[in-house]
Amino acid sequence: MHREDFPMLKKDIIYFDNGATTLKPQCVIDSVVEYMTNHTSNIHRGDYDAAVITNKLYDNVRNIVSSFVNCDSREVIYTSGATQSLNMVVFGYMKKHLKKGDEVLLNKAEHASNILPWIILSKQIGIVIKYVPLDNNYELTLENIKRCVTFKTKVISLAQITNVIGDVRDVYNIGKFCHENNILFNVDGAQSVPHMRVDFKNCYMDFLSFSGHKMCGPTGVGILVGRYELLEDMDPLCYGGGMNSYFEENGDYELKSIPTRFEAGTTPIAQVIGLGEAIKYLMKIGMDNIHEHEMKLKQYLLDKVKDIPNIIVYNTSSNSGIFAFNIDGVFAQDTSIYLNSYNIYVRAGNHCAKELKDEINIKNTVRVSMYFYNNYNDVDRLVDALRNSKDIFKIVL
Amino acid sequence: MDNDLRREIIMDNYNDPMNKGLIDDNSYLKTRTSSESCIDDLSFMMKIENNIIEDIRFDGEACAISTSATSIMIRILIGKTVDEAKKILNNYKNMIEEKDYDKNLLGELAVYDSISKQPNRKNCALLPNRAINNMLEELNKKNN
Ligand SMILES: Cc1ncc(COP(=O)(O)O)c(C=O)c1O
Repeated sequence: MHREDFPMLKKDIIYFDNGATTLKPQCVIDSVVEYMTNHTSNIHRGDYDAAVITNKLYDNVRNIVSSFVNCDSREVIYTSGATQSLNMVVFGYMKKHLKKGDEVLLNKAEHASNILPWIILSKQIGIVIKYVPLDNNYELTLENIKRCVTFKTKVISLAQITNVIGDVRDVYNIGKFCHENNILFNVDGAQSVPHMRVDFKNCYMDFLSFSGHKMCGPTGVGILVGRYELLEDMDPLCYGGGMNSYFEENGDYELKSIPTRFEAGTTPIAQVIGLGEAIKYLMKIGMDNIHEHEMKLKQYLLDKVKDIPNIIVYNTSSNSGIFAFNIDGVFAQDTSIYLNSYNIYVRAGNHCAKELKDEINIKNTVRVSMYFYNNYNDVDRLVDALRNSKDIFKIVL
Repeated sequence: MDNDLRREIIMDNYNDPMNKGLIDDNSYLKTRTSSESCIDDLSFMMKIENNIIEDIRFDGEACAISTSATSIMIRILIGKTVDEAKKILNNYKNMIEEKDYDKNLLGELAVYDSISKQPNRKNCALLPNRAINNMLEELNKKNN
């Protein structure tokens, strides 16, 4: 779908690395170029014409995000990406509200950005991290979560879609469970928000983090959505211009209101504008259409690789456009270099989910991650390349 | 070098690498390399006595290029003095980086002489180099 919108697809490439970052459509490129060409200016002041245009576009992105994920626009904080958003939750909110012995439930399929901050916090203040076991398909179930909850459980933090296995977690029922049990629910939406409809309020989320560049937007911008009552009691991690109302020699100061108090310094203005454009673009295509299209392609790929010997697939059941595999006996990176010789772009590695190796007993996989602009022809070419992979070392060596 | 022969040497060393598997021995120098730009992750250990490299061992997960280069490098370095080893490592690095080098010192390592045509694989070929240099530096620090 919509391949003609993407300048990079004019080249003969098959882009299957959408979990890492996505291609940019012309409308997003144009919006960034337009800002840089015709109305460059800083925000927070509107004394001249270009600044008025910029301010209006910039501020409106909060409204776009709020209708996209169903939250209040004052609950939308601009960040540099999902990683910064998650760090703000852990060190801006949790550090202030958790105490020694409080338990946080994670799981081993999480991205580094939703594990390492917690590990640091546990060293700083003594919270206890517990890993909820995954089921036989390496997926996370509410039943397993319930088994790990104790009266000390204060937070459940998880990716709505994980970036290696690609399972879609039942955030509605997990959120409801958290809500009923007074547990904070922190959702990493980096892989879900770009690919399916996500509902912040309806799923009782307390925090939701995602990145612009994984959803057709520019790099360097992301979003943290936080429940307003919680944001009132969250500390900024950064202090400086743009986020204070006043400060005095004697140390008195007052911070600006929410959400600007969390956005110190000059923010990524061009990127925020580009992200707004990207979200409008995605909403026009329809998130349900995107998800459905990816699922069709994934099923088509699964059916086709079934009869190729030597292909080990790790996530046949997961409900997203992520496909994790290895060619038996071939190191993941050799496979990705081989596929590059067919102009097929995939990713090899542990995908920042370093703890997953304990669960699947294999450290590195090759990941194909799809988006709406991939088509059956892309899958066919991947399948052909895999069929020919008997001679893989003739190509890569 | 003929391409089939090149591939055969690399594949032999990849499938059946020299000295793969670590041992529990504290008299060895140790290091772990993982690179920023690729996913190879190997641990190394090396024993030096009377200025002679007695043993080098490694373990971990890495691609065909880094695994085979490590295997060949180990085969060549065992039995050499520290100074001889440094000279080989230097020449090898020069070869990978397309500078002048002395082919006679490198033996089978010459199979990587055109790796620079695949810039994304230079780091793989240089992985054993970095690891062994690390350990030699550590030795230097110890001796001072
Ligand atoms: C599940 C998940 N969480 C968080 C991140 C971090 O996103 P970013 O690097 O854009 O901050 C990623 C990116 O790979 C991810 O896949």
